[in-house]
Amino acid sequence: MKHIAIGILGAAALGLTATAASAGTLDTVKQKGFIQCGVSTGLAGFSAPDDKGDWQGIDADFCRAVAGAVFGDGTKVKFTPLSAKERFTALQSGEVDILSRNTTWTINRDTALGLNFIGVTYYDGQGFMINAKKLPGVNSALQLSGAAVCVQSGTTTELNLADYFKSNKMEYNPVVFEKLEEVNAAYDAGRCDVYTTDQSGLYGIRLTLGAPADHVVLPEIISKEPLGPAVRQGDDQWYHIVKWTYFALLQAEELGITKANVEEMKTSDNPEIKRVLGQEADTKIGTDLGVSNDWVVNIVKAVGNYGEMFERNVGSGSPLKIARGINALWTKGGLQYAPPIR
Amino acid sequence: MQEHDTSWVRTEMALAQPAPAGVRGLGAWVRTNLVGSVGDTILTVIGIALVVMIVPQVVSWAFLNAQWTGPDRTVCATVAQGGIQPDGWSGACWAFVNAKFGQFMFGRYPIEERWRPILVAILFVALLVPLLIPRVPRKGLNAILFFGALPVVAFILLIGGMFGLPHVETSLWGGLLVTLSLSFVGIAVSLPLGIVLALGRRSKMPIIKTLCVIFIETVRGIPLITVLFMASVMLPLFLPEGVTFDKFLRALIGVSLFAAAYMAEVVRGGLQAIPKGQYEGADSLGLGYWQKMNLIVLPQALKLVIPGIVNTFIGMFKDTSLVSIISMFDLLGVVKQNFSDANWATPQTARSGLIFAAFVFWLFCFGMSRYSMFTERRLDTGHKR
Repeated sequence: MKHIAIGILGAAALGLTATAASAGTLDTVKQKGFIQCGVSTGLAGFSAPDDKGDWQGIDADFCRAVAGAVFGDGTKVKFTPLSAKERFTALQSGEVDILSRNTTWTINRDTALGLNFIGVTYYDGQGFMINAKKLPGVNSALQLSGAAVCVQSGTTTELNLADYFKSNKMEYNPVVFEKLEEVNAAYDAGRCDVYTTDQSGLYGIRLTLGAPADHVVLPEIISKEPLGPAVRQGDDQWYHIVKWTYFALLQAEELGITKANVEEMKTSDNPEIKRVLGQEADTKIGTDLGVSNDWVVNIVKAVGNYGEMFERNVGSGSPLKIARGINALWTKGGLQYAPPIR
Repeated sequence: MQEHDTSWVRTEMALAQPAPAGVRGLGAWVRTNLVGSVGDTILTVIGIALVVMIVPQVVSWAFLNAQWTGPDRTVCATVAQGGIQPDGWSGACWAFVNAKFGQFMFGRYPIEERWRPILVAILFVALLVPLLIPRVPRKGLNAILFFGALPVVAFILLIGGMFGLPHVETSLWGGLLVTLSLSFVGIAVSLPLGIVLALGRRSKMPIIKTLCVIFIETVRGIPLITVLFMASVMLPLFLPEGVTFDKFLRALIGVSLFAAAYMAEVVRGGLQAIPKGQYEGADSLGLGYWQKMNLIVLPQALKLVIPGIVNTFIGMFKDTSLVSIISMFDLLGVVKQNFSDANWATPQTARSGLIFAAFVFWLFCFGMSRYSMFTERRLDTGHKR
């Protein structure tokens, strides 16, 4: 009986803090004057410090886009680097307003951890990189039977690898290391033929190899790693702002609105562009969301559209040179699709 | 009768003769030290072979082939790696360290405010150096300024938010600034606290003694990583929403208490080494407890355990790197964090960055160690064996 009472008290206390948390993230953010954004402690192309110590990458830029929507100023963001262990606590406890930290969207995180993922800003998946000099003629992961595979221990990567080879009835020699640096060094030294980790990571690792041109990332993706920003549950307004910021980035790319031409686009005759940019008379799209009506203009001014953000951070404009692939817009055969803004 | 002119008595001293050629000069040194025996000769040959194998490569990597400046990864990568260096080139990428130097020193401390930590560093050195040199007078005033005024001034300068200085939150701190402030505060807090705990543990009052034993044994029984992790991950869940407790302060408290527990045991070792006669002598002079400890026991005990104290300091200085697990970036953390910058990703980047970090750590640890040896010699007034 006593235990139950304590349990109820505990639950009541937790409930209290949860309601306190839901009391308008937007208001809190506006009061603070900046968005606190949780990023990784360093992942090339997603969130990494540049020479001045500013955070660059898709994840960092996404927070700037939200700041653009809320404040009309993409610089009103403060970044909190979070380790993988800390990231969910930081969001739950209110230390950060958005968790934009290459986090995989899973049902468990949506339900048991009390997060709301707003969408997928980058479709990632586990891939393979091979040394084409050592394995000439290999252009599919299905030809890798008998290969020595370098992999980091204790990760889902290791389990996915085992599943993939087993389900395709292939043999392999795992070469397992605990630290990422050790895996890189072993692969570069030729201790294994194949390196497996998330595909976006493979491109970053390729840059640190002695002879990057000899290494090829194979097309197969053997696991789904949809990476996206998350917010706390229980604050629908904030959830909508963050979610529609993401959709607005996609919509801007679809309509050809870029950082460079956004001002001209405001006077476009295309009704859809006018609507998205908030140039229609009596538009209430922005204010209904809780931001100003030219919110999309501000987002694009802050970071450009999704395509620009992608190319600048991980694509052709960056040393990583990752192809758009499944991250292309739906109109170009990819998976990035935004519901209409109307 | 003193005067006699017997010519066989020498009137001047004979001049000292140089040592025989066999025991002086380079040849003799080589004979005794390098090829004194068959074993020595073998070791010498192995040693020379190692030096010949390693040193030229290290020198050419670290200096001759090294790249000192450059805008991005291209200067440190070969053509095949997408850079401008000829194939087969291998050299240190000091350009990476150069480009990131500000971050390595101050983390993400705003660039236009970086004069503040620099000023604190200058004040720190200006007050510390005279304190460390025994000849310089006015030690009392110096110590008051260093331990009393400097922390206040440093706090105001670094944090800001008053006297027109913009506020800089500690989450922006990083690099050597974090390493040094954590270790300086840790050192300044842990020594007095450790002494108090050591005295408490040897106290005859049961409650004080029990409390001290519990504290020391609990803290020594937990890894520092656990303390930091609890402070950063668990604590926010227990605090009410919106109440945040500065993460840097949490780490500071954790590190200081941790070091104090170790320090207490080092000091207790010194207290136990003082012969009972010293305590009794002090008692017979009618000194009270604090007088006895201050005047008789502690000066002798602390002198004995200088190596242990400095050992703890050096250990703590290096342990500050552990704060990177709670995403605070000390020198090593910032260096490693910057490996993720795709603009500098080359095979040489990680090596160069880590060697730089190791060099800075070595510089500080070696300095502490040499100063402790100097102090030991200077205070070595008795117990000479």
